Amino acid sequence: MYHLEFEKPIVELEAKILELQTMNEGGGVNIHDEIERIQEKVERIVVQTYSKLSPEQKVQVARHPNRPHFLDYAKRLIQDFTPLAGDRLFGEDEALLGGLGRFRGQSCVVMGQEKGFDTETRIRHNFGMTKPEGYRKAQRLMDMATRFKLPVVTLVDTAGAFPGIEAEERGQSEAIAKSIESCLRATVPVVSVVIGEGGSGGAIAIATADRVFMLEHSIYSVISPEGCASILWRSAEYAKDAARALKLTAQDLKELGVIDTIIEEPMGGAHREPERTIDVVGDYIETALGELSQMDGDTLKMRRRQKYLEMGHKL
Amino acid sequence: MNWITNFVRPKIKALISSKKDVPDNLWMKCPGCETMLHHQELVRNLNVCHHCGHHLRMDVMDRLQMLFDEGRFQQVDLPKTAVDPLRFRDRKKYTDRLKDAQSATGRKDAIVVAQGAVGGKTAVIAAFDFSFMGGSMGAAVGDGLVTASRLAVSLKAPFIVIPASGGARMQEGMISLMQMPRSVIAVEQVKEAGLPYIVILTDPTTGGVSASFAMLGDIHIAEPGAQIGFAGRRVIQETIRASLPDGFQTAEYLCSHGMVDLVVPRSALRQKLVTLIQLLTRPRVEDKQRRKPEAKGKRKVNGDARGHHDTSDEESGA
Repeated sequence: MYHLEFEKPIVELEAKILELQTMNEGGGVNIHDEIERIQEKVERIVVQTYSKLSPEQKVQVARHPNRPHFLDYAKRLIQDFTPLAGDRLFGEDEALLGGLGRFRGQSCVVMGQEKGFDTETRIRHNFGMTKPEGYRKAQRLMDMATRFKLPVVTLVDTAGAFPGIEAEERGQSEAIAKSIESCLRATVPVVSVVIGEGGSGGAIAIATADRVFMLEHSIYSVISPEGCASILWRSAEYAKDAARALKLTAQDLKELGVIDTIIEEPMGGAHREPERTIDVVGDYIETALGELSQMDGDTLKMRRRQKYLEMGHKL
Repeated sequence: MNWITNFVRPKIKALISSKKDVPDNLWMKCPGCETMLHHQELVRNLNVCHHCGHHLRMDVMDRLQMLFDEGRFQQVDLPKTAVDPLRFRDRKKYTDRLKDAQSATGRKDAIVVAQGAVGGKTAVIAAFDFSFMGGSMGAAVGDGLVTASRLAVSLKAPFIVIPASGGARMQEGMISLMQMPRSVIAVEQVKEAGLPYIVILTDPTTGGVSASFAMLGDIHIAEPGAQIGFAGRRVIQETIRASLPDGFQTAEYLCSHGMVDLVVPRSALRQKLVTLIQLLTRPRVEDKQRRKPEAKGKRKVNGDARGHHDTSDEESGA
């Protein structure tokens, strides 16, 4: 399994445990104690490391390739998940997947960016970097949700909207702007969870919601720390400083009032226990949808607008 | 210690420095054709190069003057916005950057909101000041747009926004990103009130600004050659590792790709704006009124009815 630089001590000890376990096939009592001792040590280091991750470490965790992705969530949380394809204008963009499905009994529209799992799927999903047709599909799904009174769940995980010639040609700006507009226009509950990376305009396009959640070690930023560093510090080497200055962690954004709730991750990050992470996220979504479904559509829309108009004014 | 250093030189200096009200750079090179352009000549020509027609950036106050009737408008007070929510610091403190920009421009932030008559019809214009931190959009700019749109709704006036901005203001982090939905709500309210929302895209309109309110106009007018797009050229080049096509992300490029309605040279901008506002807000003009301007032979422009509206529109004078 892929590991981050600062996870190295953990990974090394875990390898040692595995090694001892193989040796222990015979059943020596002393080795068993040794294994237990190392196990405890591992847990201690995991707690130590993960309870005080720095912003730049969180950036790495948020981008961890083994972190559960959109498709992991869809598979575990959504029954009869039926992805729908295309924007009816130009094409299909697999960087942003979405469609109909049933979440804990409730029929809903679900969508999100998928970064891909290996080289082949990463290319197919364009690393989760959505093109205009992806955002136009999102608009189509939002409008469909309103038409059939289905709640919308969006899962955000993207480095940003795709910066490429064809994206500009086909109106990336307009597609994002209209996508924000369709989030705001929806007369059904809209719930968003930033599950990994919330990359600027590419994220807000589908995350203008009644409730915005962030996983504990996910990030959400107006610009990548690398991009910010190369502009303001004139060198990407200062990404660490930029990560701190940008206040892109869930904890900072909760304080700033930009997000509503932080969803705790299993100790050691979502990538260590993906299934548990997904289930907890599911619980939060279920509670939020339960509360929001008490309100009628116009009230929801009005309150959503009010929420964004007031944002940043209660600091 | 002689007569020349003690007396002549100071006198010469005094003579030179007494001419300080003239701008430092009387001459500047046109970024389009590299011709040297004289300051006064540029001002006369609305900051457009008379050799190649290149549209240089324009001072926000000059622009407002150019668009409102007789150059008269009333600047709208903007609410006080909390500054520096992140206590941001790069190589320099954000508060210091703000102070520098404020003293250089004499403005609190990168947006000016004004109301006045455009072709006799009261209109609200929100214009970006690119010289204020690249026209970047933070909470103050967002507040400016929200204030302006509310004013337009209360005055039942068309709303015109003139972006000139590199995008979101990084130094306000996610608070700046949140101005995207805020500005979208602002223009939605204008549209819901049945009022025209016109965007005049000027150089540059990129990033979070182009990906929010700027691309949601009923009508998109762009100035010739203006850079308009989502991602910066350098970012795109680094991502795709290929060179960009000629004229990429220019106003003309956006027009031919269906994102902009009209590319209008600055000299014709006011007239076009007047015509569009009239067409959108006066669906019907009576026959005798229509003939009137021609009969009078007064301010006849393209044979349309605007001359009449300029003189006797009952909605004028606000």
